[in-house]
Amino acid sequence: MGLATFKGGVHPYEGKELSASKPVQMLMPKGELVFPLSQHIGAPANPLVKKGDQVLAGQIIAEAGGFISANVICSVSGTVKAVEPRRVANGAMVNSIVVENDGEYRTIEGLGSDRDYTALSKEEIRQIVKDAGIVGLGGAGFPTHVKLTPKEDAKIDYVIVNGAECEPYLTSDYRLMLEEPEKLIGGLKVVLQLFENAKGVIGIEDNKPEAIAKLTELVKNEPKISVCPLKTKYPQGGERSLIYAVTGRKVNSSMLPADAGCIVDNVDTVISIYMAVCKTTPLMRKIITVTGDAVAEPQNFHVKLGTNYEEILEAAGGFKTEPEKIINGGPMMGQAMFDLHVPVMKNSSALTCMSKDEVAASAPTPCIRCGRCVSVCPSNIVPVLMMKAAERNDAESFEKLNGMECVECGSCAFICPAKRPLTQAFKEMRKVVAANRRKK
Amino acid sequence: MNNLLHVSSSPHVRDKVTTKNLMFDVAIAMIPASLYGIWQFGIYTALVIVATVAACVLSEYVWEKGMHKPITITDGSAVVTGMILALNMPPEIPLWIPVLGGVFAIIVVKQLFGGLGQNFMNPALAARCFLLISFAGFMNNFSSAKLGFDSVSGATPLAAMRAGNEVDLAAMIVGKIPGTIGEVSVIALLIGAVYMLVRKVISPRIPLIYIGTVAVFVFLFGGFDLTYTISQICAGGLIFGAFFMATDYVTSPITKKGQIIYGILLGVLTGIFRLWGGSPEGVSYAIILGNLFMPMIEKMTLPKAFGKEGK
Repeated sequence: MGLATFKGGVHPYEGKELSASKPVQMLMPKGELVFPLSQHIGAPANPLVKKGDQVLAGQIIAEAGGFISANVICSVSGTVKAVEPRRVANGAMVNSIVVENDGEYRTIEGLGSDRDYTALSKEEIRQIVKDAGIVGLGGAGFPTHVKLTPKEDAKIDYVIVNGAECEPYLTSDYRLMLEEPEKLIGGLKVVLQLFENAKGVIGIEDNKPEAIAKLTELVKNEPKISVCPLKTKYPQGGERSLIYAVTGRKVNSSMLPADAGCIVDNVDTVISIYMAVCKTTPLMRKIITVTGDAVAEPQNFHVKLGTNYEEILEAAGGFKTEPEKIINGGPMMGQAMFDLHVPVMKNSSALTCMSKDEVAASAPTPCIRCGRCVSVCPSNIVPVLMMKAAERNDAESFEKLNGMECVECGSCAFICPAKRPLTQAFKEMRKVVAANRRKK
Repeated sequence: MNNLLHVSSSPHVRDKVTTKNLMFDVAIAMIPASLYGIWQFGIYTALVIVATVAACVLSEYVWEKGMHKPITITDGSAVVTGMILALNMPPEIPLWIPVLGGVFAIIVVKQLFGGLGQNFMNPALAARCFLLISFAGFMNNFSSAKLGFDSVSGATPLAAMRAGNEVDLAAMIVGKIPGTIGEVSVIALLIGAVYMLVRKVISPRIPLIYIGTVAVFVFLFGGFDLTYTISQICAGGLIFGAFFMATDYVTSPITKKGQIIYGILLGVLTGIFRLWGGSPEGVSYAIILGNLFMPMIEKMTLPKAFGKEGK
């Protein structure tokens, strides 16, 4: 019996040693802060403030624009400078509220006051999570209050905290597990109060032994909570891989984790739930890992949402070598950036600066059908044949080959000895198939 | 921050293994068998290997140059084709035969169908079969002056077993028998096979199932004789074919179940050809036929997607 894991997966260079030992540093923003209205999956939020308004830290400045949407909370006090489209990390222009920071950090009344979660009803907890603007902070950005509202609470028997952090280079969740483990366990207890039949499991890859040891020690008197060490393998932290590793249950693209009795939340999401429910503090900050071989001093920062990436990079000492590629997130699933003048959002996790771009350095050659993509695919589909369909622009064959089960983890493109852009082609085809499905 | 940054879709990192690494690993794995062949059959066989590899690489270069395609000779695939073909030649073969075979393998079997990854048969094996049919006399003459085998005494163990004669198992494992340059020494071939397995160039699935199926087949239909069965496995091109040719990425199924079926199919075909065929050997033809069934096997054995097993 080995460690809990899934079939397939790859072992990219981890790069975590660059920043893993660096305690999280508080970073205060200098100039204006930008709050995009769309930092989550779902409808954009509707602004509640206009140019010239005074705002406080903790104030809801935009409210959820639908059921699947999320509030936006101001992280500083100051004056609304504009409500206008601004560039975000993925390159898009998104309508945003721009706040001039007055540097006083005045807060709304009651911010930070203690609250006893056991005295709250389920509805009250869900409302607090919704008001706090919490979304999946692992990167997906799915509104958390929606996730915490499955059809039947009683059918949920697992609440899984995703502490795998399988994405190379990222160390923000690791630092949180080491520095704020009580908050993590507190948040998990809040979630467990919603699901009376559930037990809580914290899944952590075994390349983080200190985090495993610390949390295991802290939960030893918690009958409903356990720590599950996971094999270090990418994409162990993918939702479907994690659910399988912990429970042995399988979730496909047409299911929600709740259909398999599971609620999965990232470490930072669970801590944010704790802060919102027990400390009356809505989501106003992110932990950002600034890393990569081009950065002078790789480290982890506690950053107020809306802070400009350029300020964070500066705080990490800037570049020591000219970067060729800068990634919002990690190298397996992050987005390459062409402009650093963008704000930190709820789904930001890291700024990875590479002095060499491995992708540009290796030109694709013909497929030799070695089958490596097939053996690493966590969805157990056949990338080599999907690629042939993608090259023919054959959406029908692509769908028949279960292309929609692809989780876009990048393992196939990583392992391909011919350096073919498999994942990249699949992302395009999946958009085509999804668009065709909507037409029907 | 004056320079333009690279922007592309994730993932942004790549594994170190390249097509070139894989091809040269296969070539390295054939070195023990090549060296044994040269040591046993004489320096002329070195010439055969060099000439065949040169013919393959050169014809790829000339074709790609002539067709204004990117030159791909450095990827190592033509070298591997040349080595496999050369090691399938009898030790005293006139040089023009493997050279012709090399040109046939690269131009007709590989490039005409679209180059690397597009051939529907293993190029080296297709060329060997072409030569076997066209120049049967030369291709079946396993005499070797250095080893002291002439065309009369130099019956291969397979031919001897066909004729009902006893064979020396120990000599077959070491390789002190007549045969093609690279197929004779089981030990040398297994060293190469282990190298490929350790380097994860190949999976043991196809070769072990292939060899296992041959063993079961000849045991059942060859008179329930264990010594005969082991001799059949060590004789001829089975070990060479199973590890170096049946595992060819391009012409074998990529699905796990497909590889099992493919291995069994090759084993049964080899058994039939060896026991009842026109020639004592049947590995090459079995693999070539298996190549043709590959797309069908693959289509029938596509895996069920994660979480959709019940559907």
